[in-house]
Amino acid sequence: MRKILSIALVVLLSACANKTINPDGEEGSQANTGAMSGENASGSPTVNPLVDPTNILSKRSVYFEFDEYVVSDKYKSMVLSHARYLRDNSNLSIRIQGNTDERGSREYNLALGQRRADSVKRVMTLAGTQDSQIESVSYGEEKPRAVGHNEASWTENRRADIRYQGE
Amino acid sequence: MWNSLHQSFSSILVLIFCLFSSPLHAALDIEIFGGGASQIPISIIPFAAEERLAQSVTAVVRSDLQRSGLFRMVDSVSSIPHEPSEIIYPDWQMRGVNAMVIGATRLLPNGQVEVRYRLMDIAKQEILISDMETVSVKQLRAVAHRMADSIYEKLTGDIGVFSTRIAYVAKQGNRYALKVADADGFNARTAIEYTEPIISLAWSPDGTKIAYVSFENKKPVIHVQTLATGERRAIAKFRGSNSAPAWSPDGKKIAVVLSKKGGSQIFLINSDGSGLRRLTKSSSIDTEPNFSPDGKSIIFTSDRGGSPQIYRMAVAGSASRVAERLTFEGSYNVSPQYHHDGKNFIYIHRNDSQFNVAIQSLETRQVQLLTDSAFDESPSFAPNGKIILYATEIKGRGILAAVSSDGRTRQELSTQEGDIREPAWGPLPKWRRKF
Repeated sequence: MRKILSIALVVLLSACANKTINPDGEEGSQANTGAMSGENASGSPTVNPLVDPTNILSKRSVYFEFDEYVVSDKYKSMVLSHARYLRDNSNLSIRIQGNTDERGSREYNLALGQRRADSVKRVMTLAGTQDSQIESVSYGEEKPRAVGHNEASWTENRRADIRYQGE
Repeated sequence: MWNSLHQSFSSILVLIFCLFSSPLHAALDIEIFGGGASQIPISIIPFAAEERLAQSVTAVVRSDLQRSGLFRMVDSVSSIPHEPSEIIYPDWQMRGVNAMVIGATRLLPNGQVEVRYRLMDIAKQEILISDMETVSVKQLRAVAHRMADSIYEKLTGDIGVFSTRIAYVAKQGNRYALKVADADGFNARTAIEYTEPIISLAWSPDGTKIAYVSFENKKPVIHVQTLATGERRAIAKFRGSNSAPAWSPDGKKIAVVLSKKGGSQIFLINSDGSGLRRLTKSSSIDTEPNFSPDGKSIIFTSDRGGSPQIYRMAVAGSASRVAERLTFEGSYNVSPQYHHDGKNFIYIHRNDSQFNVAIQSLETRQVQLLTDSAFDESPSFAPNGKIILYATEIKGRGILAAVSSDGRTRQELSTQEGDIREPAWGPLPKWRRKF
C-alpha cells in the first residue's frame, strides 16, 4: 500500500512538474491520462505507462540540432516505443507538436516545426503505426518552453513533443 | 520620395530622421516637388474657433504631415490668418514658407462641426485646395486625416495613407490581442483576444476582413474575421497545420499553407473555405505566399534550393508551373511582399546574425537593405508603397517600426507594456481606391 501511495505520489509530482515546465497552455495535464490506468481486470490500480517515470513512454520530447529535422539515434528507441504502444492500442491517438527557436520568420519557423513533427511521425509510421493515429502539427516559435534569448533556451525549444489524446 | 506612417501608440514615439533640415529655396514652386532629400516648408495655422473643440483638427494634420518626413513645419509668429485675404504673403515668403493651411471651424446648433480649410501656395499667392466638411465631433480626427491626405497628395503627387488602418498583435503576459488602429496608432480597438498566439494577419483587399492564424485548437488554424460584426469562421482547419493566409487581389481567394498532404505546401481556397486546390508540389517547405497585384502570380518562401529563398510562380496554367528563384544574396531570405507596382518586392534578409528589411527590383534584381536592426520581421507595405511597417525588437521587447521605401526615414513605435508584433497595413479606404 505504501508503495502504491508513493508511486501515486511520484505520478502526481511528475504530472505537476510536467505542468509547470509546460507553459504552452495545454489543457489536459499528464494527470488526465490517469483515465487510461486501472484498466486491468484485477481491480488493483496500475500505473499508466504514459506517466510512469520509470517507463520510456513517459519520455515525450525529441530534440533537434539547429536547422535540423532528422530524429537522431538517441531518441529512436523512445519514439519506437510510442510507435509500438500505439500499434498495440489502436484506440489511442497522438498529436506530435513541432517547435523551433525564436530566430527568423514566424511562418518559416512554423514550417520547420512541421517538418520536425513530420519527421517523428515518419519514424512511427515506418514502424507500423497507423497514419490515422498520428497528427503532426507545428507551434513554430509561438509556444517556447524556455523563454530566454540565448543558446540554452534555443536548444530547449528545438523540439517535438508527443501528446496523447486528452493530454 | 516617400512619406508616412505614424503611430503615437498612446505613448512613446521616437522619430529618427536620417535626413532633416535642408530648407528649400523660399519661392520654389511646391508642385515640382519630387526629389528625395528635401522637405516642404509648410505652415499650418490653427483654425478659427478650433480651441473650443474637444479635438484639434490642425494638430492631427500637422502630426500626420510631420511624420511623413516630407514636411518641415514653420510656426506662425504673430499673424494668425484664417482667410486668404488675411495672409501677409511677403512675411511668410521671407520665412521660407511654401505652403500654408488655414481654416475655420464652427459648432452648429445640432452639435455637428463645420470645418472649412484652404491650402495656399504662398509663392504664387494661390488657393490650391478649398474644401468644407460637416461632421460629428467624433469624426474630427478622421476629417483631419482626410485633409492631410489631400494636402499630401497636392504637394507631393503621391497617394496619402493617413486615412488607412493598421492591424497588429499585442501580447501582454499570455494574452494575445488582435488590434486594429488608425494609421497614426490612435483609436486602437481589439478585434479578438486569445490566451493562445495569433500570427500572420492579412487584410482582405476591401478592408472589411482580416485573416489570421490562431492556436486555440492546439494547432494553427486559419480564421477570417469580419471587422464590423466580429463574426469569424475557420476557413482552413485541415488535419495538420494551417497557416500563412494571403488574399488574392480580387478578395475571392486565399492562398494558404497546409500540411495535410505532408510538409508545408501552398494551396488556394475560396475565401469562404470552399474549393481547395493545390498550388505547389514539392518535397521542400513552400510557405509565405503573396499575390502579385494582377493576381497572376505569387511570390513565396521555399527551401527547395537548400536554404530559404524567395521564388515566383504563376497561379493559373497548371502545365508549366515552374517556380523561378528571385533571391540569391545570402542564405536566408523570407517573408516576401509585393509592392503595389508589381515591380518590386520586400522581404527579410539575414545579414550575418541580423534580420533586416530588404527591397528588391524584379527587373534588375538590385537589392537594397533598408534597416540595420537586429531582429526585423513581418514587413508590410503601406498602400502607397512608400512606407514599410515591420516588427522589430528593442531591449528584448517587440515594437513596430516603419521605414520609407528608400530607407531615408525611419520611425519606431512602441507601447508602455508588452510586445507588439505581426503588423499588417490595411488597404486604402473604399472612397479613395482608384482600382
